[in-house]
Amino acid sequence: MFSGKVFGALAGVAVLALSATGAVAQAKDKIKVGFIYVGPVGDHGWSYQHDVGRQAIEKAFPGKVTTTFVESVPEADSERAIEQLARTGHDLIFTTSFGFMEPTLKVAKKYPNIKFEHATGFKRNPNLSTYAAKFHEGRYIIGQIAGKMTKSNTIGYVGAFPIPEVIAGINAFYLGAQSVNPAVKIKIVFANTWYDPAKEGDAAKALLDQGVDMLAQHTDSPAPIQAAEARGKFGFGQASDMERFAPKAQLTAIVDNWSDYYVARAKAVLDGTWKSEDVWGGLASNMVVMTPYKNMPDDVKKLAQETEAAIRSGKLNPFKCPITGQDGKEIECKGQGALSDEQVLGMNFYVKGIEDKIPQ
Amino acid sequence: MRFELTPRTNSPTVMRVFASVAAFITAFLIAGFVIWLMGRSPIAAFDVYVLQPLSDPWSLQELIVKATPMALIAIGLSYCFRANLWNIGAEGQYVIGAVLGGWLALRTHGTDAGAWVLPLMLLLGVIGGALWGLIPAFLKTRFGVNEILTSLMLVYVAQLILDYLVRGPWRDPKGFNFPQSVTFDPSATLHPILEGGRVHYGAVFAAIAVLVTAIVLGRTLFGYRLKLTGDAPRAARFAGFSSKATILAVFAISGGLAGLAGISEVSGQIGQLQPSISPGYGFTAITVAFLGRLNPIGILVASLVVALTFIGGESAQIMLKLPLDLTQAFQGILLLCVLAADAMVSYRIRFVTRGGGK
Repeated sequence: MFSGKVFGALAGVAVLALSATGAVAQAKDKIKVGFIYVGPVGDHGWSYQHDVGRQAIEKAFPGKVTTTFVESVPEADSERAIEQLARTGHDLIFTTSFGFMEPTLKVAKKYPNIKFEHATGFKRNPNLSTYAAKFHEGRYIIGQIAGKMTKSNTIGYVGAFPIPEVIAGINAFYLGAQSVNPAVKIKIVFANTWYDPAKEGDAAKALLDQGVDMLAQHTDSPAPIQAAEARGKFGFGQASDMERFAPKAQLTAIVDNWSDYYVARAKAVLDGTWKSEDVWGGLASNMVVMTPYKNMPDDVKKLAQETEAAIRSGKLNPFKCPITGQDGKEIECKGQGALSDEQVLGMNFYVKGIEDKIPQ
Repeated sequence: MRFELTPRTNSPTVMRVFASVAAFITAFLIAGFVIWLMGRSPIAAFDVYVLQPLSDPWSLQELIVKATPMALIAIGLSYCFRANLWNIGAEGQYVIGAVLGGWLALRTHGTDAGAWVLPLMLLLGVIGGALWGLIPAFLKTRFGVNEILTSLMLVYVAQLILDYLVRGPWRDPKGFNFPQSVTFDPSATLHPILEGGRVHYGAVFAAIAVLVTAIVLGRTLFGYRLKLTGDAPRAARFAGFSSKATILAVFAISGGLAGLAGISEVSGQIGQLQPSISPGYGFTAITVAFLGRLNPIGILVASLVVALTFIGGESAQIMLKLPLDLTQAFQGILLLCVLAADAMVSYRIRFVTRGGGK
């Protein structure tokens, strides 16, 4: 049971980024890299994708980098596991769930010479970076696909928890669908879990029973897309490519690709150029990857590819202004022609056209 | 041919202690065999699992940190289990203790409240846990509802209450809508015993609970009453002991101790309320209580042993790349061996050939 992997925010609690005193960077010949996972590596979702990234590091630097992981670490009891990695000679430690934020910060302060990287959090230190991915970019694309392909004009969405990351994903998805099909309706069910095939499957079946013919999911098991496959409907893979679970139903999948980032950060430690940063990557930096568009007509495929290219080049922002909230009032535009990063990272409203209420 | 178990009339203490030791050795041999089958060295595994954590001050400290909540909860559970009452819901009592105590921490947040906050928080933790524990007790005494079901179901209710609070009214307003409360003020924090260490005063509470329980169970009428209620309920009734009062008392005690564990963890370790505040301590404590054979000293030892398997398991993942599943399997093997040894001491096993039975 975890509520992890939420997006962190850029500003606010900012802990001085570069007070480059002491700790002069030094190149190293050999390093050890450690990972803390919130789930089992075999979950085919969140932790699995981080483990794919870990393996990419081993492949990229044969003989120079060794890696270690500790899996299924409970968030309420993670400080010891993180410190164990710090005490056993690891040079770079990735903690890969939002709930590890406070413990990572505590251990990072205690071991100033070790580099830490915390996924999806917002607290940093001179030796603690944060990183996260703009999955909502991919969700805008699948929203367009769903909007184009739906026949019942009702699309379904299985969410994990009503936290900002998931809310932003729902909004991006719906805005994408609306951009090609203004009359489209969306039904949302929160499964209150990140990974529980039974619950996710039940949520998906409930939606399908209500007549949705396109099913998006923001939970990690293949159960929802499998439910769509069983009913001859369509869905989208989440976190990993789920084609083998639903070869006919999967239109595309939004894959978490940490490999490029992890390899780059390991290289930075090897070269002695590592710095505390806050990285929010998307399609452009390959942190978010779309698997090949399949099972759809050519015109939809073409549209998806064009949208992907436009987001990649920066021409299109899923949250471009004006954006109208559920209550009909326009959301204040705090960024450059689009919502600011802070607004997206702390999102707690639905856009106009979504009829559900955010559970409180 | 079949087995028959006949109770032994008396089993000497020496034999019981010996059986425990034998159980541990057997468990290690089985685990070692599995590790050997996996192509790893059982000796190296034993070193990483057991010897290193026990010879390093840092891991000894972590051992105490990890054992503290389990010991506190298991001590409380021993009252219930001795009286043959099945409180399976310590996890929920732990959560409600943390919620009620945490409420005060959040109420006084940023107010420069004095030193009275922490003791009152701890007291509220005990009260919260006790009240939550009294619900199944009340349902049992009043309506005869099975306490196993109600106490277990109330775990989920408690977790959902916490979940609702940290996602809704108690959410940190500056936390970008993430489901967690503000971090507690220093006045609401259970401090480490040694400056810079991680062992907090919860460990002292656990030690006190062990001592008090040893006295209560061994030397008081109440302790005798529990034993009698568990072993011979009819005799207890004839002796004039009210079974209702016993039920209410033991559930209040075990709930209170679980609540104390909850508030101690939240204010001493985690420092804020969040959706998940326990890696299942309330359930692990049931194992600990039985590993310790419901004896206070035994429970203290068992909580340290179980903590050792967790810490050793993490070391084994890091140093030997042994999977987490092995740690969990080992915990199961250990419990099974101890219970089997216990059965062999308490009962005589006879092989009965076909037709030879009574």
